Amino acid sequence: MELTNDHIKNRLVQKFGDEVANFTEPYGMLTFEVPKELNLKVLQFLYDDPELRFQFLTDLQAVHYPDNKGKELAVVYHLHNIRDNVRIRFKIYTAIEKPDVYTATQLYACANWMERETYDFFGVNFVGHPNLKRILNVDEMDYFPMRKEYPLEDQTRVDKDDEMFGR
Amino acid sequence: MTEDLLQHSGEQNIKLPDGSIEKQTTTLNLGPTHPATHGVFQNILEIDGERILSAEATVGYIHRAFEKIAERRPLYQITPLTDRLNYCSSPINNMGWHMTCEKLLGVQTPKRVDYLRIIIMELARITDHVICNSVIGVDAGALSVFLYVMQYRELVYEIYEEICGSRLTTNIGRIGGFERNFNATAWQKLDKFLNEFPAALKEFENLLQRNRIFIDRTVGAGPITGERALNYGFTGPNLRASGIDYDVRVHTPYCSYQDFEFNIPVGTTGDVYDRWLVRNQEMWESLKIIRQAYEKIQQFKGEESEVYHANVPEYYLPPKQDVYTKMEALIWHFKIIMGETEIPAGEVYHSVEGGNGELGFYLISDGGRAPYRLHFRRPCFIYYQAYPELIKGSMLADAVIVMSSLNLIAGEMDA
Repeated sequence: MELTNDHIKNRLVQKFGDEVANFTEPYGMLTFEVPKELNLKVLQFLYDDPELRFQFLTDLQAVHYPDNKGKELAVVYHLHNIRDNVRIRFKIYTAIEKPDVYTATQLYACANWMERETYDFFGVNFVGHPNLKRILNVDEMDYFPMRKEYPLEDQTRVDKDDEMFGR
Repeated sequence: MTEDLLQHSGEQNIKLPDGSIEKQTTTLNLGPTHPATHGVFQNILEIDGERILSAEATVGYIHRAFEKIAERRPLYQITPLTDRLNYCSSPINNMGWHMTCEKLLGVQTPKRVDYLRIIIMELARITDHVICNSVIGVDAGALSVFLYVMQYRELVYEIYEEICGSRLTTNIGRIGGFERNFNATAWQKLDKFLNEFPAALKEFENLLQRNRIFIDRTVGAGPITGERALNYGFTGPNLRASGIDYDVRVHTPYCSYQDFEFNIPVGTTGDVYDRWLVRNQEMWESLKIIRQAYEKIQQFKGEESEVYHANVPEYYLPPKQDVYTKMEALIWHFKIIMGETEIPAGEVYHSVEGGNGELGFYLISDGGRAPYRLHFRRPCFIYYQAYPELIKGSMLADAVIVMSSLNLIAGEMDA
């Protein structure tokens, strides 16, 4: 039987009920939201279920929505079922004051650096990660540069007068 | 002995970590700039004699914050950033980025554009594999094969030069197609390459494939099972060498790859030799694809044979003479250069088969002029994590060839 988006959705709703929500299909990829406490349960279910078998973690990253109070940081998982060639994406939201999310390193070895990168740039604290430290930035850095409060310098600003470099 | 060393380090004001003299193993710093690493890779190895006990990889030496920069740039200005990911096959990155934008914008490209792109992408795949495979030769002690195939990479770079004007960081193509049609010289150079390269590749293959020394050196070095490779997020030739036939070109055909006949070579053990074989065979398949695309392009007649871009004036610089004489063209020119075209809101993930694996672009747009968030799925960043596991228990010299066989590109890893 072909693994359709509707089928995946039904299986998930059967298992988790109302906890999985906001199903959409932007550009054909099934996308949904999961409460952040359930991220590992959903990952494990998608991995183990004999019909779903999403056993390849394609990508993991975070997005910062400063206006989304209480749910400022989104962590996005892209999963791939290589046998049936279906991709899905799900998101969890966490508050920026306490960005604790369970780590997926027990299930996927590749999540290790992906989570370190996400921590490095967004400050998502992956609980249970074996080696959660900065990876691309210097260790001494004390902020998370991909957050939206750190804009790239505005080219039109006038308060800086740098004659040497002809600004 | 220990006291002598301690006294010496005290005199010289050297602070040694506790227990570093008493312990029986050696800590060796391989890299970050070492001729054997072919890039900025640091590995802190714990060795016992010449055997590796553990390794810790450090990355990020050339991190350039592309994802942050991309959040302020209009789509077309992000193309040069993608060049600098895997710079051995930058056209594939460029095309992958254009296709991501086209998916978001809903642009349909004409068949001829797809075929032209395939020619460029497969040429890029050949240059990428040529470098990786010949560097395995270099690290195993055979420098001549590297110099020998390098001149054919030059021929490919000349083709790029005819099409887009640059060689390594190509910034080739535009959203919707190419900025200009391939000229006669480009076709001529492609002919020359297609005629001359197979003989050289054959000779390259003969020098290494059944070479006793090369086989002894590479078989069994850094193996990984298919299951572990999947768990580590391997993609591309490295995954296929472990026996998993996953190729984005076949699984999720993009750019009309479904119109082509080609095989996906797979290995069994996932060691250095298998990776070498898979890449080598892929070059032959790439040549096959290029020939097919060439023939298909010859079959276009009339107006179709001159098409080199889709009809997307919003993203496509109009001809210069029109800019000076027509109002609309002038407006488009201005809007494109200033990057004032708003892109539709949405989120899209698109991936292409890059030189070393699945290169993915995850683009979130909130409807502004620049992406809200752009994430690159860089294949070698993901599979490099497996490196300590691959070299654990092997000899120091094996660590070097395992690293070169993974086709690691520092620019891609650090983004």
